[in-house]
Amino acid sequence: MKQKLLSLLAIFLMGFVLTGCGSTSADSEKADGSDNAKLSKNEKIIGDGSSTVFPILEIVNEEFNAEYGKAAEIGVSGTGAGFDKFIAGETDFQNASRGIKDEEKKALEDAGIEYTELQVGTDGLTVAVNMSNDFVTDLTFEELYKIYKGEAKTWKDVRSDFPNEEIKVYGPDQSHGTHDFFVEEVMNDEDVVGELIQDTNQVVNAVASDEYAIGFFGYNYYLNNQDTLKAISIKGPDNEEAVEPTEENVKSFEYPLSRPLYIYVSNKSVKENNSVKTFLNYTLEISQDAAVEAGYVGLDDVKLKEEQDKLESIK
Amino acid sequence: MLMDAEVIDKKRNPRIMKNNLMKMLFLFSTLIGLVILIVLLSTTLLDGWRYLTLDFFTNFSSSRPSRAGVKGAIIGTLWLMAFTTPIAIFLSVGTALYLEEYAPKNKFTKFVETNIANLAGVPSVVFGLLGLTIFVRQFGLGNSVLAASLTLALMIMPVIVVASQEALRTVPVAVREASIGMGASKWQTVYRIILPAAIPGIITGIILAISRAIGETAPLVVIGIPVALLATPSSPLDSFQALPMQIYNWVKMPQAEFQNLTAAGIIVLLALLMMMNLVAIVIRNKYSKRY
Repeated sequence: MKQKLLSLLAIFLMGFVLTGCGSTSADSEKADGSDNAKLSKNEKIIGDGSSTVFPILEIVNEEFNAEYGKAAEIGVSGTGAGFDKFIAGETDFQNASRGIKDEEKKALEDAGIEYTELQVGTDGLTVAVNMSNDFVTDLTFEELYKIYKGEAKTWKDVRSDFPNEEIKVYGPDQSHGTHDFFVEEVMNDEDVVGELIQDTNQVVNAVASDEYAIGFFGYNYYLNNQDTLKAISIKGPDNEEAVEPTEENVKSFEYPLSRPLYIYVSNKSVKENNSVKTFLNYTLEISQDAAVEAGYVGLDDVKLKEEQDKLESIK
Repeated sequence: MLMDAEVIDKKRNPRIMKNNLMKMLFLFSTLIGLVILIVLLSTTLLDGWRYLTLDFFTNFSSSRPSRAGVKGAIIGTLWLMAFTTPIAIFLSVGTALYLEEYAPKNKFTKFVETNIANLAGVPSVVFGLLGLTIFVRQFGLGNSVLAASLTLALMIMPVIVVASQEALRTVPVAVREASIGMGASKWQTVYRIILPAAIPGIITGIILAISRAIGETAPLVVIGIPVALLATPSSPLDSFQALPMQIYNWVKMPQAEFQNLTAAGIIVLLALLMMMNLVAIVIRNKYSKRY
């Protein structure tokens, strides 16, 4: 009878055996921190937010870890959900693929959280069609509005010399800052009519497999799928003529769908937590290269200096 | 001869045909599931097996596909399961024992039972919100192993409770009465007679429940489990990475190579799941032989 009880215990203990192998690995991990490690082990660096900004921060985090033997915890719950956590005071910095909204500002004020906005790169929201589409090369904001409002059902409705074929409209869904940015810039805050997909790769696939489809996404999705997608030049309200989404045009904000990528940092964390401050300084320091490696455009030297001064002035 | 062979054939053939038709239909239903499973597994294996290198297991997650690995995710998931499993077993088997063996058979007990069964149908993301509000914020556990384990344990509890109740009911009344008749107390009867007899059924429930917990992503997303964390936990109050979160993050990345890493990650998750199930099945078979 004792044996049975023992076996029962064994089931419970199964878990704790696993715990054992976990902690040994954890110990060995700590050993390979470099000699540069002068940051307190107890200070945590916690970030969350946009999945668009995440790749930049992930690269920074890896380099930071190699340099200082310490790393940040970064989640990707999305810009909106991330702000929720930032407002609750759970994170030290918040990645955002759009500017902060008024209600978020208000909530932060109410919670007594002071913050600073830092730009870490620029993205060019890219509108693309299928590779075999040879009639569209450029679109204006008005034409994009018509397409994404559902007013133009066929390509002929957009421009009379386009073929009389139905437009298949795709885009990322409301959980993405990319969606919010497009709605704000092009749609005058009106809802998009079309198939909105949670997984941006599926937007790319949909456009890549349909000759008459159109979709939009971050610049890095276009960069990684140039063999199946054709980027459209865009003419915004301030442009003389349509502008191609290239690195220079995005950097100079000449391209009308250029958008800054931000991290919002808690002033309190910067002041009280030396690790957070060091991490953020390091982020800006290597942001130009990290942004490019992540498929975005880095800040120019003047803007970078500006952001570094902003961080330095938090006291 | 009373009947003409032709008449017999005429009456019999449609029935046989109908029988064969139904047989084919059911075989078809079975095969559909099987074929889809084989297609899924084989494409995943084909995409992923080349990426199952030693580096893949010793590297942390990375934004560069060539350097990305699952070390943090595997260890994190093991930590998560190491706490989820005992908590879930304690809560659910305890509940089942109370409801079946101790609780009076009245309306209230029935009410509790119905609600537990309903809990099994609650979407996992709702459990995530519960975990975020209660464990992460109220209890101040943060996005730690413990907070996630408690959330997942609550999520899988109904499955184990229902399976355990079924298993407890199959223990013959005669055996219980014999035990009580020998002067054993309720608790002695439970842990010497009833539990050992019901263990195979209970473990089946546990296997099903843990299989669900190990692949669950939604509650972890809501709780805010980090995907970039270049350290493994050293206590249950540390934050951690989890395999399903890692897979979920990779599948969204723009670089094509991450799609293959996703497949490799799925293989690892499946292997881990099978290993855990194997342990449970071995334990179950050990008991099945005796009773």
